[in-house]
Amino acid sequence: MASRTPARPRSPHLFSGFLKLHYSWGPHMLVSILHRATGSGMATVGTLLLVWWLAAIASGAEAYANFRDVFTTNGGNLNVIGWIVGIGMTYAFFTHMLNGVRHLVMDAGAAFELKRNKMFSLIVIAGGFVLTAAFWLYLGMK
Amino acid sequence: MGSGTSIGRVRGLGSAKEGAHHWWRQRVTAGSNLFLTLWFVFSILRMPRYEYGAVHTWLHNSWAAVPMILLIVSVFYHFRLGLQVVIEDYQHDEKRVAAMVLLNFFTVGTAAVAIFAILKVAFGAAA
Repeated sequence: MASRTPARPRSPHLFSGFLKLHYSWGPHMLVSILHRATGSGMATVGTLLLVWWLAAIASGAEAYANFRDVFTTNGGNLNVIGWIVGIGMTYAFFTHMLNGVRHLVMDAGAAFELKRNKMFSLIVIAGGFVLTAAFWLYLGMK
Repeated sequence: MGSGTSIGRVRGLGSAKEGAHHWWRQRVTAGSNLFLTLWFVFSILRMPRYEYGAVHTWLHNSWAAVPMILLIVSVFYHFRLGLQVVIEDYQHDEKRVAAMVLLNFFTVGTAAVAIFAILKVAFGAAA
């Protein structure tokens, strides 16, 4: 096999164009893995935080103050942990929610056409950021 | 049985008889989650303040406590089904069994604490 000529076709999908792999990374793949990542994140970290929050309310003012102290500065504003967890969880929620609606639409057999599927995926990606920003802007302006 | 390829071992046994039910319950809880979590997000946004008194007063009200319990049931059922799929994708053999048992303990345990806390606030004295 040492006399392989360059003109012979190589593996058909791997290198057409400039080092192009046999598929292109697309927004539908991104929202697919984002759905799993955001869902798993909320199911573990989000669950513990929600349960902690509820248990703290039930335990009294002191326990609730402990909960708040982890996420806020002495002045009452969010600290670094509060911002990371807060924005992370709300981003995960809005992205997972929007993509969940997209999944329900696709369960009905709709939006599988390539262009429309790509458009809905882009809407999910953008919508996650927009709704997260809107949520925190509203809280900040209150 | 037990020695051939994996496809040979399952051929002729029929379906597992529970995949569609798992799929359907995931969709039903997705729908109820959509309503309940949106209610929760708007409730958070509309709270006047976020210190203990304001939050306790909110959860003390039956109109918050009942949807909150429904949210716990719906959301926890949904994430129990979702994490099951994640475990089935990445864990195999004994580890899968152990992870599934842990998942069930985690879901039921956290749900019990959450619902008990809501009921304690709802039935307790106003702050």
